[in-house]
This record gives sequence, structure tokens and C-alpha cells, in this order.
Amino acid sequence: MNHYSYIALIPLLPLATFVILGLFGRKYLKTFSGTIGVASLLISTLLSLQVAYNYFLVDGKVNGVYQQIIALKYTWLQFSPNVSIDLGIILDPISVMMLVVVSFVSLMVHIFSLGYMKGEERFATYYSFLSLFTFSMLGLVISTNIFQIYMFWELVGVSSFLLIGYYFEKPSAVAASKKAFIVTRFADLGFLIGILILSFHAQTLDFETLIARLTDTHSTYFTAISTATFLGASVLTWGLALVFIGGAGKSAMFPFHIWLPDAMEGPTPVSALIHAATMVVAGVYLVARLFPIFSVDEFALQIVTYVGLVSAFIAAIIACTQTDIKRVLAYSTMSQIGYMMFALGVAKQGGEEGLGYMGSMFHLFTHAFFKSLLFLGAGAVIHLVHSNDMKDMGGLRKLMPITHLSFLIACLAIAGIPPFAGFFSKEEILLAAFNANKLVYGVALFTSGLTAFYMFRLYYSIFWSKEAHVHDAHHGEGTWSMKLPLIILGIMAAVAGFIPFSHFVTSDGAALETHIDYVFSAAPVLFGVIGILLAAVLYKKQNAKPEAVAASFGGFYKSAYKKFYIDEVYLFVTKKIIFNLIGRPAAWFDKNIVDGFMNLLATVTAKISGLIKGMQSGKVQNYTLYFFGGIVALAMLFIYVWK
Amino acid sequence: MSEVPVTHILFLSTALFFIGMYGLFTRRNMITMLMAVELILNSVNINFVAFNKFLYPGKLDGVFFTIFIITIAAAEAAVAIAIIINLYRSHNSIDVEGAEELKY
Repeated sequence: MNHYSYIALIPLLPLATFVILGLFGRKYLKTFSGTIGVASLLISTLLSLQVAYNYFLVDGKVNGVYQQIIALKYTWLQFSPNVSIDLGIILDPISVMMLVVVSFVSLMVHIFSLGYMKGEERFATYYSFLSLFTFSMLGLVISTNIFQIYMFWELVGVSSFLLIGYYFEKPSAVAASKKAFIVTRFADLGFLIGILILSFHAQTLDFETLIARLTDTHSTYFTAISTATFLGASVLTWGLALVFIGGAGKSAMFPFHIWLPDAMEGPTPVSALIHAATMVVAGVYLVARLFPIFSVDEFALQIVTYVGLVSAFIAAIIACTQTDIKRVLAYSTMSQIGYMMFALGVAKQGGEEGLGYMGSMFHLFTHAFFKSLLFLGAGAVIHLVHSNDMKDMGGLRKLMPITHLSFLIACLAIAGIPPFAGFFSKEEILLAAFNANKLVYGVALFTSGLTAFYMFRLYYSIFWSKEAHVHDAHHGEGTWSMKLPLIILGIMAAVAGFIPFSHFVTSDGAALETHIDYVFSAAPVLFGVIGILLAAVLYKKQNAKPEAVAASFGGFYKSAYKKFYIDEVYLFVTKKIIFNLIGRPAAWFDKNIVDGFMNLLATVTAKISGLIKGMQSGKVQNYTLYFFGGIVALAMLFIYVWK
Repeated sequence: MSEVPVTHILFLSTALFFIGMYGLFTRRNMITMLMAVELILNSVNINFVAFNKFLYPGKLDGVFFTIFIITIAAAEAAVAIAIIINLYRSHNSIDVEGAEELKY
């Protein structure tokens, strides 16, 4: 217990909102539910900001290094004297940073939803689900224990499932929510096994002890886990790789990314909150949380790097071909998270080498603002146009000036154009990649150009291209509750890059001096500008060039449009291989052998009871007769048999 | 004057027992069945008294049991008659053939 224990309120307020709105919302609080949700989250956000101020500027630093503070710890399940599941609050630079990001973005989404979801039948339910999600995500980032993080991890998955399937009358939404749930569940299986491996060898579930034991190369724990091998890799690598699979599932990394584009079936503000800014970075957060352990295992870091790189690259290519604006944004999210992942992969623990770690966290921070802004902007557009397809849009800049401006800022930020937020964070990532691995740097640079291209393709298609032909634009740009978050996030997306992030969040807690190297920055900015110009040429005015370009790419364009057939591969594997080879035999066995045995038992019992039920005649004298018969038989036995 | 031999008494009690049994199985009227049960109980009483007298003349245990059984029989008769009254109220008859709802 210390003066930080009020932090417990930050997740508990949304939990209380969830319970209250969940129980009473629909019946009694229908009109107030939005206000209640916003109010409780506003308090949470203010508390988070207070924590961040206290931690970063007042008392987090001891001798120039940010300390890990355990604000609260409560033993929940004690398995043995050494191993227990605790519930607690950890404060270190990344968790405090995440607290601010999650509560802030969630607050923006809550406010935006006041206008966007107005008049929905299940308005209160929507807000209670949002609160549940916020609670779980806040609980996740302050976890002190790897099992606590797993619990909140699953809770986050459930609330994501609930929100994707919010429009459950639509079959596509139901299918999308199931897909998201099942795919992430498969990945979470890896996470669970990884937890078991790591904690079995380290004899603890507590992050602090776990990291201390598995990074000290002289300890017995470390020797045991790194010398034991399985299929050619050390058990440490296996454990970390399995934990990373869990993270990859949640963060929509290749090949588990298939759920993210479909998850856009949920309400757009939900996409902004969950599938852009907060939940999908949980995987990055997990790797960052365990980064000291990852950094001692070169092979695990390589996996993180290449999975991140492949995801970033593939997603950027697919994003160039999609026409559903939310899907474009979804693939762009996947691509940016890939950036964060490989930035972690090329980093090392501590000092200058830890630049990638810092860049990854910085990108996470700035990405949360501009990506949620992009989604909310897209939400405002969809609200007006009533369509997700960019073919139905165009020329909206005069109809929705605020949305247009904030969207432009976000696009510039994600394209990495100075002085917007994305420029600074992407710069650190590219620099770290350049120092560590030239191949990674090259792909990342090219991807950054692609990012600028597809974002501006989106921007021009929505706001320029052709004359607006929206018929029922009766509500204009939307209510102030929708514009206000756009303005605030627009400001954040513009200025967040000027925060001296490297002073606050680094791999070892000590401040890292970074400076913008103009010569180095020239290349990414140049790629970004080329991407933007290319998009301007192709999409600013409606013309035939895009089709021509697409045609010149031929089959490659088609396969990118079809998302490289990865969904089809999954369907083939599940439907044709797993269903036929495992599912059907198992179903046959279940129907015939298991059910058959049970049916046999039931039939025999019924037959026998049918035979003897006549004895229960209901006639008293019959019963008396049996009774006397029994007595006589017993008497015979006692007299003649057992003398 | 010579004593009544024990075989006579046993003959009496056995006859009484089987008369009771016969009544219990053949009569359909519940009051008659109750009377038959009383006969069976009394045959047991006679056995108790007789064996007490012939086997343990110095003791009174058998006699005590007899008195005990008579008391129980009185209580049992009260309960049985209450049941009979209820049966009559619900079925308008005290014929056991009519009361056979509790079958399979």
C-alpha cells in the first residue's frame, strides 16, 4: 500500500459502469447511459493523467532511472509457498503510458459514440460493453503477474467479441465475431502453454521475479531453461515463441491477422477503440513487458522481427487494393503494428541499443491517436454516407470541414510527414532498423512509402475525387459530441510527436538522448512524399488511371485484392482437412460409439422395468402377499439352509 | 388337575394366525382387514404368554411383551381407523379394490 493505491479506481470505475448499465441500463437508465459512461471514464482519464504526472515528473525517477513501483498487490490464489497468482498494479513507464493512452482514447470514443450511436435500441448495452472493454484493457496494462495479464487478456477478447457482434441481426457480424474469437483463442492457447513453460522453469508467475530469474544468465533457472532443448530450439525460445503467438493473435500479426479486417463489422467507434488503438497493441505491450527475457534470446527476437516485418509489408500491399474504407484502415493498423513488432525485434536491452524498444512504444503512443482519429473520421463519413465503400464517397470536404481537416492531419501523421506525430516515432523505428539490420530497414522504408500511398488514396477518394452526391445529408457533419473528439485527437496527432518520449519510456528506464538526423530523415520523408504524390495523381480527380495501373499489375493486383487468398487457405485447411480427417471421424465416433453405449444402457433399463412394473399393481393385498412371501422365504432360509 | 399341554396352545395360536391371514387376503373391506390384523397380533400374544409360562416360569418378560403389543395394537387401530375414514371421504367407500391409484 502506498499513495498510488488510488490507481485501483481507474479500472474499477468502468467496471462499476459496466455492472450498473448492464443490470439497469436498458430499463431505467436508457437516456442517461451515455452520460454515465462518459462521466465515469472522464474521472478515470483524469486519474490516469494524474498518475502519469506523478510518475513521470514527480517521484518515478530514482537516480535518473524510472523505477518499477508495485502500487498494490494482493495474493489471490496460493499454489505453493513460491507460486501464487496475484492481483496487483504495476507502475513502470510503459504501463503508465498505456494507462493514459487507453483511458484517453476510450474517453474520446465514448464521447463520439454519444452522437454516433444515438437512437440505437441497445444504447445502454453498447455503453456497458464499452465499459467492460475499458476495464479489461486497463486491468491488462497494470498487471503484475503473467496470469493476471492472461485473465484480462481473455476478458478483452470477450468484450471484443461482444462488440464486434453488436449488430447481431446481421449474419456477417455474427460470423466476424465468431471468427475473431476463435482465431484469437487458437493463439491464446499458445500463450497459455508459453506461460506454463516459462513459469514452470522460473517457479513463479510474478513478472518482476520471472524477469529477474530468466535474465540472470548465471542463475540455475536460466541454465535449466536454456540448456533443455525441444525439436532443436531451447525451451526458453519455445516458451517465448509461444507467448509471442498469443501476442501475435491479439495484435493481428501474420498469419493470425485474418480476424482483424472482418472485425470491422462492429460499430465504427468500437473499431477505433479496440481494433485500432488499444486491444490490438496488447500483443506489442506483452512483448515489451517481457522484453528483458526476449532480449536474451536472439532467436525469439528474430521471430518477432520477421513476423512483424512480413505483417507490415503484406498488410500495406493489401491495403492499397481494398475499397471498403474500414478495411483499408484495418490493414493499415496491421501494418503499423507490424512496425512496432519488428522495432521491438531489432532492439536490445538498455542504452542506445534499446532505441527500437523506445521507438516501438513511441509509435504505439502516437499511432493510438492518429489511428483512432482515422477511424472516428471514417465513422463520421459512414454516418453521413451510410456506406463503407469508397466508391460511394467523394467530394466530401465541403460537407464536413472538421472531419476533412482532422482526417488530413491523421493521414499526414501516419504517412510520416514532419512535423506530425507519426514522423517522429517512425523515424526512431527506422533508425533502429537501420542500425540493426539493413534488410529490415529496406522493407520498412518501402512499406512507409506504401503507407503514404494507400492513406492518401483513401483520403482523396473520400474527400476529393468527384462531386458529392449525398442525398440525405440532413444531419450534416454530426453533433458536437462527434466533432469534439475529432478536434482533440487531431491536435494530439499533430503535436504528440514533440513529447520528449525517449526521456520517459526506454527499455531500462534511463533517459535516452535522441535527435532528428535530417540526412537520415530525408529518405523516409521522400518515400512518403512520393507515395502522396502518386496517390494525388491517381485519385485526386476521377479518372481511368487507377484501373490502368491495376490492370498492369495483373494477377498480382488480383491476389492482393483477394488478400493473398489467406482466408481461403484457412478455409481449405479447416473445412477440407480438419473437418474431413478429424471432425467427421470424431462425429461418427461420438454418434455411434459414445451415444450408442448410452442408448444401450437406457434401452436395457427400460426393458427390464417394463417387465417388472406389473408388480406395482396398487393393490394393498398384493403387497401384503409379497411381504408374507418374503417372510416365509426368509424363514425357510434360516430354518433349513443356514441352521 | 392336569395342565393344558403347550401343543394345544400352539395349535390355537397357529390357527388364529392363519385365520387372520386368510381374512387379510380375502376380505376387501378395510375394517375387516383391520380385524384380521388384530387376530394375527393376538396369536403372537398367545405365543408369548405360553412360552413364558413353559420355558421361564420365574420371569415375566413374555407377559410384558404381550402388554406392550396390546398397547401398540390399540394405537395402530386408531391410526388405521383414521386412514379408513380418510379413504371413505375421498373414495366414498372403504373397499381396497377401489383404492389403487398408486400403481406404476
